[in-house]
Amino acid sequence: MPNPVVHGERLEVVLLRENLPDAILKVKEFRGDTFICVRRGRLREVAEFLRDHPDLQYRFFSECTCVDYSRWEHERDLPERFEVIYNLYSMKYFSRIFLKVGADDGVPVPSLIPVFPGAEFPEREVWDLYGVVFDGHPRLKRFLLPEDWVGHPLRKEVPLGGEDIPFDQGTTGPAIEDLQQPHAGESFEGVTGTEDVGGR
Amino acid sequence: MPERTFMPSTETVFERIGENTLVVNMGPQHPSTHGVLRLICEMEGETVVNIEPVIGYLHTGMEKEGEYMQYLKVVTMTDRMDYMSANGNNLVYTLAVEKLLNLEVPPRGQALRVLLCELSRIASHLVWLGTSALDLGAMTPFFWCFREREKILDMFEMFSGVRMMLSWIVPGGLRGDMPEGFDKLLVPFIKEFPDALTEIEGLLVENPIWKERTIGVGVVTIEDCMALGLSGPIIRGSGLEWDIRKSNPYCGYEQYDFAIPVSKKGDVYARFLVRLAEMRESLKIIQQAFEGLPEGPWNSDDRKVVPPPREELDTSMESLIHHFKLWTEGYRVLPGEAYVAIEGPKGELGCYVVSDGSNRPYRFHMRPSSFMNLQGLKKMCVGRLIADVVAIIGSIDIVLGEIDR
Repeated sequence: MPNPVVHGERLEVVLLRENLPDAILKVKEFRGDTFICVRRGRLREVAEFLRDHPDLQYRFFSECTCVDYSRWEHERDLPERFEVIYNLYSMKYFSRIFLKVGADDGVPVPSLIPVFPGAEFPEREVWDLYGVVFDGHPRLKRFLLPEDWVGHPLRKEVPLGGEDIPFDQGTTGPAIEDLQQPHAGESFEGVTGTEDVGGR
Repeated sequence: MPERTFMPSTETVFERIGENTLVVNMGPQHPSTHGVLRLICEMEGETVVNIEPVIGYLHTGMEKEGEYMQYLKVVTMTDRMDYMSANGNNLVYTLAVEKLLNLEVPPRGQALRVLLCELSRIASHLVWLGTSALDLGAMTPFFWCFREREKILDMFEMFSGVRMMLSWIVPGGLRGDMPEGFDKLLVPFIKEFPDALTEIEGLLVENPIWKERTIGVGVVTIEDCMALGLSGPIIRGSGLEWDIRKSNPYCGYEQYDFAIPVSKKGDVYARFLVRLAEMRESLKIIQQAFEGLPEGPWNSDDRKVVPPPREELDTSMESLIHHFKLWTEGYRVLPGEAYVAIEGPKGELGCYVVSDGSNRPYRFHMRPSSFMNLQGLKKMCVGRLIADVVAIIGSIDIVLGEIDR
């Protein structure tokens, strides 16, 4: 069953524009995917609307992830540093929709756990790796990283490599001062010729 | 200096529900946790009242590393995520990059991709079947499953020279065509595998001990699955007929005739039956893909992505330039973002790639199916006995390489 299109726009977008007009900041179509940029405070409303509307039924929570755009040089969808992308799937038309929320450092994004309990793990992962705070998340603790990790490694300013690994709890190996600044080590990023290249 | 604790104590990660409960640590070295999953269970007698997975022991920062690698080199890292079905991971990443590049792969390449992915799916399900039966005390299926899987790995070795981490599916097509004489391995496998599977099934399907341990254990409803993001055999075991190969076909899956196995009960036994049936369906797809394998090129002819054949380098200056540029700088991808989902052996396997126009991904993220499927653990385990936890972990089919990335 193809996804219905009304006047060149997908039904989801049309219905959202009708019912929650001030919640949508921008709609982007790219390679057949629809990205809806949502005002941060209205995220739960939009998600609930998409989930409960009988013509849409976005009831499958696929995942959420985040992108740090602090080194981005092209046009942006949202002005904030981080974009959290929620990925919902509808079993009615077998279609997918992406909700984008912008967040700056320390600005909380409303957690989607009340709407989709499945947001717990991915939101915790996003906090772990990016430091985006989710308002209403019950357990924003380290998930993939060790409990005593400092910083959020998927941020663009954190270099690849260079962390000291304290095998002996600081009795041998790197100095304690180095351990307290885990990312103070060298980066493998380099420049050769005129082109930026990775360290590999 | 801050106090460094290497193994977090159970108290710090867990809020207890009751007063007369016992907190039991399980893993990360427990044999039934398939790697390094650690579970903290709150027990009332033998009953689980709360359970909390602790993950991250295999975290190697692959998503971060991907941002520093050229597009082609990231393929090798996707292998190491779900190492039980490396082809599926290669495919989903490749499709995401191809979506950004707007690249089409010729029919032969697509059919070969389907062939490899379905072989991978069978191999992955065989490992699941063997190990989850072993967890519940059935030793023989483990040996028989690995005997069958060995044949698939031999085929992969013939195809690519590698048994597990193929990296054979790359943006633009495949690294090479099907080798000569591949049918000498594949045709007997297609012929013999159904009987071998029947033999393995005979040990478990009607086995009273197996049924006692699995029927009615770890039940989830469709609604729970959707809200928690559980996909693949779990959601089909609960009764929803949803398979991305049918609902959003990719790589020409719409040409193949296969069914979506569904079971209604939603328990461990239902998921077991679904995966068994899926192996037979996969075999059907393999047979169709092999018999109807189109002639022609298997790679895209876009020289900006696919390196030219070796013999062209002697005669064409342009090919030499392409060859040199592709193996040093790699290719550049236009700015944009793309998400692609395929039906992996464990559920919806997704890949999200953001490109900023350079030769490396700006952001590379996988949606690991077992990471999301693990969220169902609490729903399935609470109220059950501790012994059922082992059966339930087996039925989720987790791969920690994929969860921790």
